[in-house]
Amino acid sequence: MSGGFTPGDKVRVSDRTHPGHHRTPGYLKGKTGTIERVHERFSNPETRAYGEDGRPAQRLYLVGFELPEIWSEYRGATDDRLAADVFEHWLEPAP
Amino acid sequence: MSHNHDHDHPHEPIAADEPAVAARVRALETILVTKGVLERDELRRRVDWLVSRTPADGARLVAHAWVDADFKQRLLVDAREAALELGLDPGPSPVVVALENTADVHHMVVCTLCSCYPRALLGPPPDWYKSLAYRSRAVSDPRGVLLEFGLTLDDDVELRVVDSTADIRYLVVPRRPSGTDSLDEEALAALVTRDSMIGVSQPLGDA
Repeated sequence: MSGGFTPGDKVRVSDRTHPGHHRTPGYLKGKTGTIERVHERFSNPETRAYGEDGRPAQRLYLVGFELPEIWSEYRGATDDRLAADVFEHWLEPAP
Repeated sequence: MSHNHDHDHPHEPIAADEPAVAARVRALETILVTKGVLERDELRRRVDWLVSRTPADGARLVAHAWVDADFKQRLLVDAREAALELGLDPGPSPVVVALENTADVHHMVVCTLCSCYPRALLGPPPDWYKSLAYRSRAVSDPRGVLLEFGLTLDDDVELRVVDSTADIRYLVVPRRPSGTDSLDEEALAALVTRDSMIGVSQPLGDA
């Protein structure tokens, strides 16, 4: 798997649909964030959920977002942030 | 729910008032045991282990971090190793990440997809943690949720909601309350509540 991201990289969460189990929350699809942590690789839940072995393992990242960019009507403070773990195959480079 | 058909698999008596979801779990369990995928003893052992866990272990980690700055650094780098160092069982999840709350940053943890939680160190999650209301509102109106837990954050504190969506388990290291300099580690651990390690409240004794 090429194209590893490093902390500080801007990434966009793919907004594709996926039939079946996956761990990318719908409210983050299509949103742009920043890589905060590079975790290890974990078996892919999208195949493991259906009795396969989840290989190849996928790199997991902690991706940070600004809450007012996720929710246009966000009522909290403007600096409030959210971070979520997203697998590499759901991330694309963002400008 | 009636259960009077004849069959040859063993199971516990089924109560008439069993909720539908419990009945579904029981049916799944019966199938998996019958097919040899699971052994009932193994299942029981795991459930016993899970319900034997309590937030006291997480509280020991936090209290030790409060009194030992070097340990706190090791906890923030690798919480699993830090738990092992204290003789605690970090559980089967491969990675536990500790997030430090400071005067400037406040973390709170949610799992919007299900109920991911550092069970080994905190025990089973509270029901509200698994509720649709918490899971949806923690990411859309986190300050409103914190208010309902009795926690008012100043606007200049950076709130960081962490959605635990995959294999990592997150544990919040709350701020040590002021005025606790004379307390020993055991007394400090008693201040560290479960909710403060999820990030929805401050430890006891915090003004």
